[in-house]
Amino acid sequence: MQAVERWLATSGGNMGGNRFSDRLLPLLFVPVIFISVLPMLRLAAEGLFVQGMPSLDYVRDVMESSQTWRATAHSLYTAALGTVISVLIGGAFAFLVALTDIRAKAALVFCFMIPMMIPPQITALAWVQLTGPSSALLNAIGMAPALGSPQPLYSAEGIALLLGIQHASIVFLTLRANLRLLPREQVEAARLAGARGGRLWWQVILPLTSPGLIAGTAMAFVTALGNFGIQAMLGIPGNYITLPTLIYRKLSSFGPAALGEVSVLAMLIGVIAVIGVLLHHHLLGKRDYRLMGVVGRPLDIRLGARRIVIEILLWAVLVAILVVPLMALVATSLVPAFGVRLGFDNFSFDAFYQVLFVQPATIRAFHNSLLLSVGAAIVLVGMCLPLAYVIVRRPSRLTKLVNLLVEIPYALPGVVLAIACILLFIRIPVLDISLYGTLAIIFVAYLARFLIIALRPVMNSFMQLDPALEEAAQACGAGIGRRLRDILLPLAAPAAAAGALLVFLTAFNELTVSALLWSAGNETLGVLIFNLDDSGDSVLASAVAVLVVGVVVALMTGFQLASRHLPKGVIPWQS
Amino acid sequence: MAVINLRNITKQFGDYRAVNNVSLDIADGEFVALLGPSGCGKTTLLRLLAGFEEPDEGTISLAGQVVADGVSRQMVAPEDRNLGIVFQSYALWPHMSVARNVGYPLEVRKMLRAERDRRIREALSIVSLENYADRSPSELSGGQRQRVALARCLVMEPRAVLLDEPLANLDVHLRETMQEAFLDFHRRTGATMIYVTHDQAEAMAMADRIAVMDRGHIRQMAAPETLYREPSDQMVAGFVGAGAVLPVGDITLQNNGRCAVRLGDADISARICARVASQTGANDALGLCLRPEDIRVDGHGTLAGKVEDCVYLGGRFRLAVRLANGHALPVYSDLRARIGENISLSVRDGWVFSRQEAA
Repeated sequence: MQAVERWLATSGGNMGGNRFSDRLLPLLFVPVIFISVLPMLRLAAEGLFVQGMPSLDYVRDVMESSQTWRATAHSLYTAALGTVISVLIGGAFAFLVALTDIRAKAALVFCFMIPMMIPPQITALAWVQLTGPSSALLNAIGMAPALGSPQPLYSAEGIALLLGIQHASIVFLTLRANLRLLPREQVEAARLAGARGGRLWWQVILPLTSPGLIAGTAMAFVTALGNFGIQAMLGIPGNYITLPTLIYRKLSSFGPAALGEVSVLAMLIGVIAVIGVLLHHHLLGKRDYRLMGVVGRPLDIRLGARRIVIEILLWAVLVAILVVPLMALVATSLVPAFGVRLGFDNFSFDAFYQVLFVQPATIRAFHNSLLLSVGAAIVLVGMCLPLAYVIVRRPSRLTKLVNLLVEIPYALPGVVLAIACILLFIRIPVLDISLYGTLAIIFVAYLARFLIIALRPVMNSFMQLDPALEEAAQACGAGIGRRLRDILLPLAAPAAAAGALLVFLTAFNELTVSALLWSAGNETLGVLIFNLDDSGDSVLASAVAVLVVGVVVALMTGFQLASRHLPKGVIPWQS
Repeated sequence: MAVINLRNITKQFGDYRAVNNVSLDIADGEFVALLGPSGCGKTTLLRLLAGFEEPDEGTISLAGQVVADGVSRQMVAPEDRNLGIVFQSYALWPHMSVARNVGYPLEVRKMLRAERDRRIREALSIVSLENYADRSPSELSGGQRQRVALARCLVMEPRAVLLDEPLANLDVHLRETMQEAFLDFHRRTGATMIYVTHDQAEAMAMADRIAVMDRGHIRQMAAPETLYREPSDQMVAGFVGAGAVLPVGDITLQNNGRCAVRLGDADISARICARVASQTGANDALGLCLRPEDIRVDGHGTLAGKVEDCVYLGGRFRLAVRLANGHALPVYSDLRARIGENISLSVRDGWVFSRQEAA
């Protein structure tokens, strides 16, 4: 009798209606844990167990191989040098854009962000097309190196240079976010105290912005470490093997037999990435430069006569790192046949016709990438709305943990996630089906990797929402379903749409994850460009790349135009 | 008939007791203000009533029905309590028109379109916003937004309207107009209203009864004039109205609820709290509450002091007078006084109460 009363009290009538749905909310976390945590656990198990027994055999094999250590050294060298380049370029842009009175900042920032949004394999392709002896652009103007001379980018420094350019915008973004919070008064106070010129920069501005600088450096390093596209497109032809390309080689030559060793290698990258992140937290933990004062009045250091020089310099850098390589890419895509000198009389759109209407593989890749990226965007937004609601509105230890867990698949290099997914889905234990060799495995990996991209904008938007808006609806008699539908969904919709578009943009060009997960018939655009170039078909590869860049720039422009209607913090280049 | 009853309500956040063993009865149609400094627990109490927080101990009932029980953990969800709430931030939904905002409670209750439109028009006319139905909330001023929020409560015919510092975001001039709007609303609808504020002038101007809260307790609950004239303890005496509380030792009881208090060279006749009068002697920590309107600058006065401060208020001056025993009194004066000047005062009335806090 008492039990019945208690049951009535918790679920019957109008008593506890609210509590009841609260209890169901943690169920939301099940798919998150499934796609974010399980693959990682499976990865660790593969490397540490041999035929079901705990064993360090794989670990020993990998550790004793000189190949491993050479690849590790290569990875560290290119990532570190690339990070230095990123910090120099991105840092200079961030300081100048955020603190000085240079003109056309919006246009400058927009152009500076394009390299980040262009997939790395396309960056690599564009630069290779630009600089080699067979460069269509250089040949057209008669400045190409002699035939037979080596491609200068097929080297450690070449890889580092492109990594540096690709990730400069990461440093730029984190640093600028920090600089935006730098109150004008703190710099003005230093100037009144007599600090000028170099002293002002060195003793006040730089220390105050060091948290942003450290965070940007760490992120650029970890991203450079896991960047497969550039390392593969430049390193494999130049036989300069890094950890991600070593994994790729092992898997493509030995297949699933190499999984044990490969998972140890993946963990090795993971460990280096984690050390990078921990170092970053350690350095940040030591400083507490909380910025006080009125935020929102940005500094406008007057550059005076030097302004025009600096502006020309900035735009010249943009032309060099963005416009020229893309022109080279376009030039190559217009070459009538590979090796033919391009002129105004003989350019041809045949390659575009081929990739869009003739070649079945390219049409299929467009189709697959479209399906994967649109599908991932829709599914992720569907997951993120309730998930973000629970994380923001019902904080608990569990939600905090989930909030951290969803970061893992995005923070770790894509190769690690790809291998983890192969291991987990090559044979799903209970159902006894295999996702390996299907599009579904890429799809699941995308869900894991890009969950965070969709989640953050929605979380931001819920955090900016006054809780009273929801409570007012509650007082009006609206239950949780109605509140989600009538109040929260319409208000979070712009952020959700922005999140979906970001997922689409990132997934559409993705290479690192799909490079290991694709199979015949299930190519993605990223894989296709890589394979076309690998087999020497640079003209078709360039044509596909030009189309992809066109889609990216069109989407970014759309974002820019819609920016006024989106919540703050949604558009990555307007943080 | 009491429609809202709180019995021994306690709400804890971590180790901190935001609301500590509070009991409160509110009658039908009453306008009650919860007044106190920030962090005193008044907003938490309102949120407990609304159902946004769950009490750790005690029960809350609405019209005899228990809606929250700290022991059995029974809770009626806020959406099922039929209470209207007006927030400091207005909480209007920016993606809905004024009319849809106001009509939302009826929409949730699946009321027919024609009836709904009629009720929306009616509610908007009570807050004088008939012509704003199709506007978006972002096109309205702060005062207009707050009136829309009020109309949204009104339309659902709630058991009570809860108001959480509704005027805190408005400028001084608008506050007075909105006070009139709330009072007018209260008279016209007869709704029970519970009003949270930290502004004593606001509470005194509108409420039938005021509950003064401090550190999670209700210190005193009474009509505004009682609260002002007869504060039950030190906190209430200090928080409500201008005035001073002086510690006093020897009092001589008189019959008519009054007593004689010796202060310096002066004998003051003051009213005395009945509870203190009945057990005097056992209680030596007594306080004398003096209001400035009961003190006069008087050449023949027996209470001597030195002027420390003189501020012109328009029409009169407020002096701060330091007495020989070290305490300062606020005094109204028609004439300016020099700082440092020695003056004498006469005291017409006062209020004696126990300074020992009833925990």
